[in-house]
Amino acid sequence: MYTFSSKLKIFSIVLIILGALGVAYGFMSSHKSLDEVKEMIAHEEAGHHGGSHDTETKAHVVAGVEDHSDNAHKANAHDALADAHSDAEAHHGDEHAEHVLHQIHNRPYAALYVAAFFFFMIALGALAFYGIQWAAQAGWSPVLFRVMEGITAYVLPGGLIVLLVAFLAGDHIFVWMNPDMVDPSNDKYDALVAGKESWLNRPWFFIRGLIFLGGWVLYRQFARKFSLAQDNADINDNRNFKKTFRISAAFLVFYIYTESMMSWDWIMSVDPHWFSTLFGWYVFASMFVSGITVIAMITMYLKSRGHLPFVNDSHLHDLAKFMFAISIFWTYLWFSQFMLIWYSNIPEEVTYFVTRFQDYQLPFLGMVAMNFVFPLLLLMNSDYKRIPWFVVMAGIVILCGHYIDVFNMIMPATVGDRWYIGIPEIGSVMLFAGLFIFVVFTALTKAPLLAKGNPFIKESEHFHY
Amino acid sequence: MEASKVIHAIYTDDDVLMNAVKKVKAERHHIEEIYTPFPVHGLDKAMGLAPTRIAIASFMYGCVGLTVAIVMMNFIMIEDWPQNIGGKPSFSYIENMPAFVPIMFELTVFFAAHLMVITFYLRSRMWPFKKAENPDPRTTDDHFLMEVAVHGNENELSELLKETGAVEINLIDKEH
Repeated sequence: MYTFSSKLKIFSIVLIILGALGVAYGFMSSHKSLDEVKEMIAHEEAGHHGGSHDTETKAHVVAGVEDHSDNAHKANAHDALADAHSDAEAHHGDEHAEHVLHQIHNRPYAALYVAAFFFFMIALGALAFYGIQWAAQAGWSPVLFRVMEGITAYVLPGGLIVLLVAFLAGDHIFVWMNPDMVDPSNDKYDALVAGKESWLNRPWFFIRGLIFLGGWVLYRQFARKFSLAQDNADINDNRNFKKTFRISAAFLVFYIYTESMMSWDWIMSVDPHWFSTLFGWYVFASMFVSGITVIAMITMYLKSRGHLPFVNDSHLHDLAKFMFAISIFWTYLWFSQFMLIWYSNIPEEVTYFVTRFQDYQLPFLGMVAMNFVFPLLLLMNSDYKRIPWFVVMAGIVILCGHYIDVFNMIMPATVGDRWYIGIPEIGSVMLFAGLFIFVVFTALTKAPLLAKGNPFIKESEHFHY
Repeated sequence: MEASKVIHAIYTDDDVLMNAVKKVKAERHHIEEIYTPFPVHGLDKAMGLAPTRIAIASFMYGCVGLTVAIVMMNFIMIEDWPQNIGGKPSFSYIENMPAFVPIMFELTVFFAAHLMVITFYLRSRMWPFKKAENPDPRTTDDHFLMEVAVHGNENELSELLKETGAVEINLIDKEH
């Protein structure tokens, strides 16, 4: 039996407390009034226009179509344009300030949601991997089953937290949750969103979420139960193994449908005007590779502490191969989605990537380097895949890359160009990282780390690549 | 230098062969070659053969393929005749890069795969109309043959090989 080391427990609690403080700070600092925001914008514009524009520019601004008498000729283009557009801008300024105000208000919610979803998706990805190992009757992985079961313990709390954050945030994250958008008499009425109302409405969203979560948790509970029962079963009694095999096959069918719908609901609907057909697969690849990476990292941690003497470097090699291959699979889907939209350049689809390219250039392109180029070059060599610290380094890069991936999916729709990875974001990550470590390692103490009743366990212990 | 006289010890089981290899190695005899009808897992390690470097070669061929793809398309599409084709930006390579990626990928794989296979053929000396080298046709069906160099220790060596379970031991003079 594994005992939760007190150092790690304290570490996770410290993370939770510091993270909670960061989240609280995020909510406090985002409480700005419209006037404050206007002042801030004015200040930003002054900073933007002054100083750096030393070079003289000439502007020839045509005010009227026929009448050229009041054309402005000024030495500085910005002033000239400002004159011509001062009226329009005064009106536009209010709208702009309100827009920015919303973005600032959305930021702590979005930061919380991104981190909550990221850690939840790790657990769900590990659950999918676990289900596949059972359904495929893999001979190498049974020694890792208890580690995977520990990680998947986070599916239930993590999923509920994601739904809770979505519930509390409401239209701070999901604009379609604003009832004004589907009310034809309202100024904010949006015909496109109203057209999707039968799917995207508040009660149905949460009912769906609970159905998805219910199915996943049900599988996880029973798989775990049968796995533990198999430990105590008679040597020739494989009934529990067969039961898990069957429910795993059923779960994978359920999972691939619900995961797809979950990705439309929980992620894609933050941009309710946009849609993509391979989005579900794309989110799946992201969660799958993160899940496998965390399985590898927790396995290495436990092994380095001497809790997994039966895990050898061939198991590590296999996990690293999965990290490598699924990273490439993720890139394939990312690129397929991007390139098809970029190539055809249809305005209603391409805005999604235009905003990401304009306002999120560094995270958007940086994540491709982190999720593709790094794992590709680091994990290609088969010797490197057996070196624990090397795999850990690659794993950290992959996990950071997939956090940024989720960040890129949520943030442009909620905070737009007002993004920053600051205290609210880091605080949220720390909060859920602490919670994740606490839940996972508590679950690991509940059962022996070797699933000794599994009929493949001998093969797995002697697995050698 | 290859010995002029060799012993061909024939086995009928790969497990027996593996043990024989370990024993012969332990007695510090030089194994010239082993002929088997199928890959025997772990035989290369038991013989102490150096690991293959063909994967490294393949990686480098892949890099060549990627470079060829980039240089080719940069010249054709961007430098030589930058036409406006359906509004695609051909001002610089990077702007139109996504459209080139499928070709970059395929050429990388093409070079890596084909040049690696050709390297394999060259290094293992395989080509059409090449004279087959196996000393005993049974080694392509169900027999395993170990060729051990003889340096005036003929009797001792055949005793050792008999002990390891060889079903047949032949002394072969290679100088003809």
